Amino acid sequence: MNVIARSTLSGAAFFAAESKGATKQSPNRESGIASDENRPRNDTRIFHPSSFIFCSMSISIGAASAGMGPRSAIEDFGQYKEDRAFDFYIVARLLEYLRPHWRRMAAALALVLVSSALTLSAPYLIKIAIDENIARGDAAGLAQVALLLAGVFVAIYFATAALQYLLSWVGQKILATLRAQLFRHLQKLPLGYHDTHIVGVTISRVINDVSVINDLLSQGVVTFAGDAVVLIGIVAVMLSMSPKLALITFCVLPLMMLATWLFARQAQVAFRQTRARIAAVVGDLAENISGMRVIQAFAQEEETQEHFDEVNRANRDAHIAAMTLSFIFLPTVEFLGILATGIVLWFGGLAVIGDELTLGVVVAFLAYVTRFFQPIQELSQLYTTMQAAMAGGERVLDLLDTQPDVRDVVDAIEMPPIIGRVELRDVSFAYRGSATEDAEARMSFRAEREISSVSPVAPNYVLRDVNLVVEPGQTVALVGPTGAGKTSIANLIARLYETTDGAVLIDGYDVRAVAQRSLRRQTGIVPQEPFLFAGTIADNIRFGHLDATPREIEDAARLANAHEFIAALPDGYGTAIQEGGVNLSVGQRQLICIARAALANPRILILDEATASVDTLTEMLIQDALARLLAGRTAIVIAHRLSTIRNADLICVVNDGRIVERGRHAELLAHGGLYRQLYERQFVESQ
Amino acid sequence: MTRAQTPSVPAPLPLPEPNSLRVLWRAFGYLRPYWRTTLGAYLALVGINAIALAVPQFIRWIVDRGIGGKDTPLLFGAVAALLALTLVKGALRFLEGRWSETASQNVAYDLRNAMHRKLAALSFSYHDRTETGQILSRAVQDVDRVRFVTGRAFLRLTDGVVLMLGSAAMLIWMNPRLALLALATLPFLAHRAFHMARRLRPLSLAVQQQLAVLTTRLEQNLRGARVVKAFAQEDAEIARFDRANTQWFDLSVRSSRLQAINEPLINFIANLSTVIIIWYGGTLVMQGHLTLGELVSFTTYLAQLAQPVRRLGQIIPALAIASAAGTRIFEILDAQSEVRDAPDALPLPPVQGRVRFENVSFAYFRRHRVLDNITFDARSGQIVALLGMTGSGKSTIINLIPRFYDATEGRITIDDYDLRRVTLNSLRDQIGIVLQETMLFATTIRENIAFGRPAAREEEIIKAARAAQAHDFIIATPNGYATLVGERGITLSGGQRQRVAIARALLKDPRILILDDATSSVDTETEQLIQKALERLMRGRTSFIIAQRLSTLRMADLILVLEKGRIAARGTHEELLRTSGLYAEIYHQQLKRKDER
Repeated sequence: MNVIARSTLSGAAFFAAESKGATKQSPNRESGIASDENRPRNDTRIFHPSSFIFCSMSISIGAASAGMGPRSAIEDFGQYKEDRAFDFYIVARLLEYLRPHWRRMAAALALVLVSSALTLSAPYLIKIAIDENIARGDAAGLAQVALLLAGVFVAIYFATAALQYLLSWVGQKILATLRAQLFRHLQKLPLGYHDTHIVGVTISRVINDVSVINDLLSQGVVTFAGDAVVLIGIVAVMLSMSPKLALITFCVLPLMMLATWLFARQAQVAFRQTRARIAAVVGDLAENISGMRVIQAFAQEEETQEHFDEVNRANRDAHIAAMTLSFIFLPTVEFLGILATGIVLWFGGLAVIGDELTLGVVVAFLAYVTRFFQPIQELSQLYTTMQAAMAGGERVLDLLDTQPDVRDVVDAIEMPPIIGRVELRDVSFAYRGSATEDAEARMSFRAEREISSVSPVAPNYVLRDVNLVVEPGQTVALVGPTGAGKTSIANLIARLYETTDGAVLIDGYDVRAVAQRSLRRQTGIVPQEPFLFAGTIADNIRFGHLDATPREIEDAARLANAHEFIAALPDGYGTAIQEGGVNLSVGQRQLICIARAALANPRILILDEATASVDTLTEMLIQDALARLLAGRTAIVIAHRLSTIRNADLICVVNDGRIVERGRHAELLAHGGLYRQLYERQFVESQ
Repeated sequence: MTRAQTPSVPAPLPLPEPNSLRVLWRAFGYLRPYWRTTLGAYLALVGINAIALAVPQFIRWIVDRGIGGKDTPLLFGAVAALLALTLVKGALRFLEGRWSETASQNVAYDLRNAMHRKLAALSFSYHDRTETGQILSRAVQDVDRVRFVTGRAFLRLTDGVVLMLGSAAMLIWMNPRLALLALATLPFLAHRAFHMARRLRPLSLAVQQQLAVLTTRLEQNLRGARVVKAFAQEDAEIARFDRANTQWFDLSVRSSRLQAINEPLINFIANLSTVIIIWYGGTLVMQGHLTLGELVSFTTYLAQLAQPVRRLGQIIPALAIASAAGTRIFEILDAQSEVRDAPDALPLPPVQGRVRFENVSFAYFRRHRVLDNITFDARSGQIVALLGMTGSGKSTIINLIPRFYDATEGRITIDDYDLRRVTLNSLRDQIGIVLQETMLFATTIRENIAFGRPAAREEEIIKAARAAQAHDFIIATPNGYATLVGERGITLSGGQRQRVAIARALLKDPRILILDDATSSVDTETEQLIQKALERLMRGRTSFIIAQRLSTLRMADLILVLEKGRIAARGTHEELLRTSGLYAEIYHQQLKRKDER
């Protein structure tokens, strides 16, 4: 019978396991990123109860090629916490997401019941056709049954189509909702979160983990209900038709469960191995491609090839080993299916000969037997889905539960137009739970590695009792060794972090008392590493001021000395920025960032001076642009090269989290302290 | 940032064309070394199908003669034979799967190795043009698609065709009229299956693309988190993400609707033919034209018939996809390296290090002329400093020396050997390079330093590291020289990476040294350390350095001031100050600043 159902499944499994998205259409398990590619999808688990029946005879024969492939054991790419099959708290919270769709889910459940019942009724109708019509020569009755059967199939079609559509709709809706919710949440999280979490990992939360959860919610719940109903229904029908034959047939069940269980365990390990191996191939290849210049420069092509060959071979062997498992498992399952069929034929046949049973019962039994194994396979697969969803769910909920530590207070006021007086009053600051020396370095864009090993020890102050007043329009330069706390001061002024003690005041307003957005809208930042978004140059310049006119964009670019080179590009302002801005030089990217800040026209500007070296002439362009940008604004400049800050109204030398010297360039030189040391070192070295 | 465009309804996928058949043919050629296992798999397939076609006959016997004729020994015999045949079939299936998997995994393995080899042989100009991500997706996904087709897909295709023809033959043999009636639904089935596959595939591609858009949006947002916050653009970012998200949802739902309507339809059509069989076949049984066992086995064959049709609907697009994938793979494999050893290339003997450019011009992709008639002579042991704006041609000059590119016109010689007449390996072996973007490999610091000379002794490595001012920070890392660099290990700062790269170049002890933008993204102190390391490195070697600082310029024996691909001025620092306006301008800009400090 359910040859047809099976073959659909087998087709799906076969494609899912094989072609990795090359052929399989799947609404829920799209593979958007590479790591996801290796994951087979099993959305076809949605019922195909329309499968029929009389063909039951064919049973697994020939058709049972791949009913339940390795897919049952494949989970997400990525490491799961194992042994966590069920966590009530997580499930309860996840189920919340079904609540808005309860009507649709209720309808889906009803449809499952209907289509299961209809599917189960088909073999029974055939039994009637054989025993009561064909055997007795009742042609009219046969016609009636055939029509009834056709009607059942039509009903099954509609029920299945509606069910499939409903479930996909709900599933995709939940996916979209979860992703939107996560994205919103990520916008609220402080920079500290972004500094300490690998971007790729966060992406995987939003893209992969979410879809695993969806599998459980939209498919799993209904699959479970449907399978349970089918299983109970079949057991009941079989028992009612012939208790004896039913009980004998059920003997195969433990064997099937054992085989499935054994395979699932082995396969989980084996397929995890294949994912690790292909990841190694990708990793090695990616590294070699990006390092190809070095490889060629050092004439190491052969050695690299040998290493790649090793990784490549390991991948091949792991795949063959994993697939071999399913080549053992699938025939085993097929054999067990045939064994059950043999039991039915043998004992049923004897019963028919002994006139204890009718032939129709045997035929119906054959249909039910095949149908019987499918829910068991699916339920075992559901267990895997559940495991995956538990792990994924836990990670997603963790992310959603991460509290932003910079938050608007309840009665936050809108920051009025800023005049530009900045004051730091007894400010101390410690990064939460981190005690590393490189806290400041971590805050740069580069530091994306996860710093999880940092123990939450007593706060390690990056800044201590800092007092500073900047009058409107002044330029203050912060200088000092790496890790001294310069960047922290700048971040606190923009309220990217919250002070641990003391207060930051802008025009007399405590920054904690005002709404973050109203504050940041009036502050600008030019980051150390010029970050450009994918998009056009114009998009990047107008980033802080979305409704800027082309004219305004061009003016900003002119101010930033960027207009000339932009205009010289083939597409001008419409030039698309490639990944990471690689099609522009570092200097050009810096100029665009300056233009961006200029267009946003902030009252307070924070400038993290770039350290990357650019050629001398570009450097001059940048300095010139910065001088214009800074004019008339309150500016905090984190200076790495002393040559750029001679004209600052105030220079603060930061060391060990304190401002140790302050004054103008000439005063500080005359003072003969740390500033003079730093200055002389740079001066000497450029001789 | 790009405004997302409304995705249009994708066009149905085209069927394979003659050209793509050629690509497929070539892909299948990779099975040649594994012809034994491949042949074995196909033989096993024939055996499996023979059994599959025989089994319904057993069921017929069981029903008609065993049960109907109350022949218990026959019933027992037939059931036993059924189980025995299934066992044999299981064994054959195992062999078939194992053999075909082994062969096709080897195809993937060979393809990936070949691609890697090719990529290592291709010159810089190829790598300039291509994106890493693209190559990766070809080497991973595309190879997998081809593997799939050379392995199981084609096996299943053959399997389906054999089973279909066999079943149809058996049906006709058993009862031609009933057979034709049963086969009547087949064209519909085929049509729906093909139609569905062709329409759904592009749509699901669009869904995946939209997800990629979503992912990019997210990635950009996370990477630019600082900028987003600083400019208070969270709301705009959310709006952008929501737009992409909604589009994804709409596309997904459209794809689901198509699937929900069509997938069950295929089952429905197949089921209808069952109804026909029962009705008409049942009538025939009643009339005595057909036995009940025949009716039962008939439906079995019918099921075997329907299955391959659906499978074809899935495999045909896979063929089209694999041929597109194959095209992309072969594009890499067929790429010609623009820089190759000449057929009569000789190994370059150990050189003194005299480098001469004679009327050298160079154009990227034969279009953008970046060097124009460059002529100079660097004697052994000299330091040549290159000065000029971005895009003036400095990097190109130094890339021509190790033949990362070939000059479009003119010639370059080292000790009077024309670079194009010597082997690449022997040439590059004698050149040390510290490139602009310091690339380290994800392995230990030791292996990174020893990259150019894997057999180097520990003392040599440490000596190189000391000379590069890297030893101190290396031994301060958790595992010293065995510390892993990169994602799994520690992250080195820009300055530290650079010093490791200098040690790497030092260990090679090259006669000719090339330094590109060697000091970038480091703080003052580190810069000093690197400067010292570099001075040591250049001692006694012919060095080409892209100069960023006056101290280097003062040290240089020859300064080439480049402007728009030409040498605008040349000489030593003192000479240039007198003769070159451009040089003087650059120099005074720096001097002026220094005076003010």
